[in-house]
Amino acid sequence: MEKTKVFVGLGSCGIAAGAQDVFNYLDEKIDTQVSELEVTSCVGMCYAEPVVEIERGGKRVRYGYVDKKFADEIIQSLEDGVFPDKNIITETDAGKAYLDRQVKIVLKNCGIINPESIDEYLKAGGYEAIKKAMHDYTPAEIIEIVKQSGLRGRGGAGFLTGQKWSFLAGAKGDKKFLVCNADEGDPGAFMDRSVLEGDPHKVIEGMLVASYATGAGEGVVYCRAEYPLAIKRLNKAIKDAEDRHFLGDNILGTDFSFHLHVKEGAGAFVCGEETALMASIEGKRGFPRLRPPFPAESGIQHSPTNINNVETYANISYIILNGADAYNKYSFKKSYGTKVFALAGKIKRGGLIEVPMGLTIGEIVEEIGGGTDSGRPVKAVQMGGPAGGCIPARMFDTPIDYDSINATGAIMGSGGLVVMDDKTCMVDVARYFLAFTQKESCGKCTFCRIGTKRMLEILTRITEGKGVPEDLDRLEELAHHVQKTSLCGLGQLAPNPVLTTLKYFREEYEAHIYDKKCPAGVCKPLITIRIISDNCTGCTACARVCPVHAISGEVKKPHTIDPDVCTRCGLCIETCNFNAIEVV
Amino acid sequence: MGLKTIDRAVRDEAKDIVREIGAEQEKVIPLLQEIQKRHSYLPEDLVEAVAQEIDVPVSDIYGVATFYSQFRFTPMGKHLIKVCKGTACHVQGADLLASALQEELGLDGEGTTDDMNFTLETVACLGCCSLAPVVMIDGKVYGKLTSAKVKKLIKGYSDGKN
Ligand SMILES: Cc1cc2nc3c(=O)[nH]c(=O)nc-3n(C[C@H](O)[C@H](O)[C@H](O)COP(=O)(O)O)c2cc1C
Ligand code: FES
Repeated sequence: MEKTKVFVGLGSCGIAAGAQDVFNYLDEKIDTQVSELEVTSCVGMCYAEPVVEIERGGKRVRYGYVDKKFADEIIQSLEDGVFPDKNIITETDAGKAYLDRQVKIVLKNCGIINPESIDEYLKAGGYEAIKKAMHDYTPAEIIEIVKQSGLRGRGGAGFLTGQKWSFLAGAKGDKKFLVCNADEGDPGAFMDRSVLEGDPHKVIEGMLVASYATGAGEGVVYCRAEYPLAIKRLNKAIKDAEDRHFLGDNILGTDFSFHLHVKEGAGAFVCGEETALMASIEGKRGFPRLRPPFPAESGIQHSPTNINNVETYANISYIILNGADAYNKYSFKKSYGTKVFALAGKIKRGGLIEVPMGLTIGEIVEEIGGGTDSGRPVKAVQMGGPAGGCIPARMFDTPIDYDSINATGAIMGSGGLVVMDDKTCMVDVARYFLAFTQKESCGKCTFCRIGTKRMLEILTRITEGKGVPEDLDRLEELAHHVQKTSLCGLGQLAPNPVLTTLKYFREEYEAHIYDKKCPAGVCKPLITIRIISDNCTGCTACARVCPVHAISGEVKKPHTIDPDVCTRCGLCIETCNFNAIEVV
Repeated sequence: MGLKTIDRAVRDEAKDIVREIGAEQEKVIPLLQEIQKRHSYLPEDLVEAVAQEIDVPVSDIYGVATFYSQFRFTPMGKHLIKVCKGTACHVQGADLLASALQEELGLDGEGTTDDMNFTLETVACLGCCSLAPVVMIDGKVYGKLTSAKVKKLIKGYSDGKN
């Protein structure tokens, strides 16, 4: 009899939500005579994790919110030979809204196959693209197909991938390198992590095709150290691919060879920038340098080098197998294919999504994401991380394509999409990002080093209620200088979060400066925390958690907060069960 | 620097590390990572011994080590707590979480507790943004935290329950 398969989604996010515990529990209890337990990775529905799938007789059903109690029900249903009928997350309205608009090319196998099994990748059509490439096409033809597909780099800048490959193919030198940029430095983004954890062979195969097309014999995946599981799975995938002769010398019995290894980053955002990344690979400090020479002329060890992002490589096998036309049928203006986004922040259904170009931001936030988790109105989305900007809700009909997003002042970036509601202060967000870039600036360019510091000081002062009217002009002026005089993208783009919030949310800055108020109730020096007497039951919970003993009152009588003692830490608000504490 | 005497055992360990990782310039970061993996920080003697072993000025090695935020120059506590300060965590109240942690541990910002039980660090994103706000303790990620929950978690670690 065919066994029932039970899949548990063990991505980092799933594990953090308790999936490993669920897996161990099932592992202990499941009757292996009738069912077998399988590992898979994140299927993208992070909001419903831990996720478990059951497959029997060709039918596969996905369940969410699995805890021990529900695991017991799963075990019972396995014994009874039936499917549990609750917690199904795909057939509901919410599940459909989340999934129906998505097109999965990059994420096709994520959460479906076991990422630690090369056999499963092969069964899913893996390594067919490299076979087809070597069998049916010359390297020049591959580059032409990638050009025709219109694929643009997914790491941020959006440069045409086929064109970049042609530079490396045309470069002189007997030693050429390929790099996969898995530094994923944008805080609030986890696309590359999920792809590496969920389908590492797909990235390897994309690099293989690139190697065949460009003549690069050696490859490096530069992965950030905060992603231990991705590194582990990638290393296993590389070893398995070597054992099956997809990597190493004499690939598939030919004289084509490609060697690949993983290099762990050491925690520097600027190392995501390609020239700094190469310096880091060479064991040096990650200082960016002027281009030209471009990596294709002089890269690692002065040899010609091509750098692409994880997601860029993960698109390649689909393009080779299905042709450029099949890929660029998903298109909008001059952007082709799909884009993966990490949907996070104040969103009801957060997770990893892949959508065709041309969908609007509003469709992503409201339909796929279901609006805010708080039920409060959406104020903006932040796209592109520290190099990007905040797009206000009134512009949510902006389509997802490189040019339309750039026109807003934000950037497509690598795919972080953080949703903000009316309780998010845009001045605080701008300050947050500037604090980030200021800290991560490598210090090479004066304006990036000092200009960002001065900008941060101004922003901090505004959030503390000490801003003066001239500050806004000063900020803008400094922002333009930092943009113009920085050598690399870090400095050139660092002002974006400030400029976009100034452009779209100027009234919030003004409220901080003129009225000494933070409309979102975030900036501590500008808010007061107050107890609403009518709602307060006098349960004393707040008084007990207050670290500075600012709350007093008799049991069962409304309490009060002493504003002079209160540090506005917000612990009481988090603790109150009666909605009796407000920020004004 | 050359005058400093370095323990025989430290020299042996340096040799061992270099044998395992390699001695080329491009191995400097992996070498430092290996030292930190073994000791949880970069002990001065060992860094110096490794520098001599691979024949690179120790100042160059520190130039690299101080550039990258991963490297620590003082010993780490028994448990390592990383509070995520990424964007998703920030908008979901990471600051509140961080202050609750500092209060619980009696720390003023990042650092190690006097009893060497905990080291508190911040990190830019742990890639579990949909579970924001997030904290990682000894490699294990905890999501959807509140100040109350995180305090309880820490107590669990202090009591050896977690
Ligand atoms: C400060 C800075 C950080 C960057 N970080 C990343 C990163 O984490 N991942 C990435 O793929 N590209 C990053 N980039 C872009 C890379 O420099 C490069 O453009 C990209 O890896 C090229 O790959 P693609 O053409 O496939 O997009 C960064 C750029 C800058 C200026
Ligand atoms: S922002 Fe905290 S995990 Fe990504």
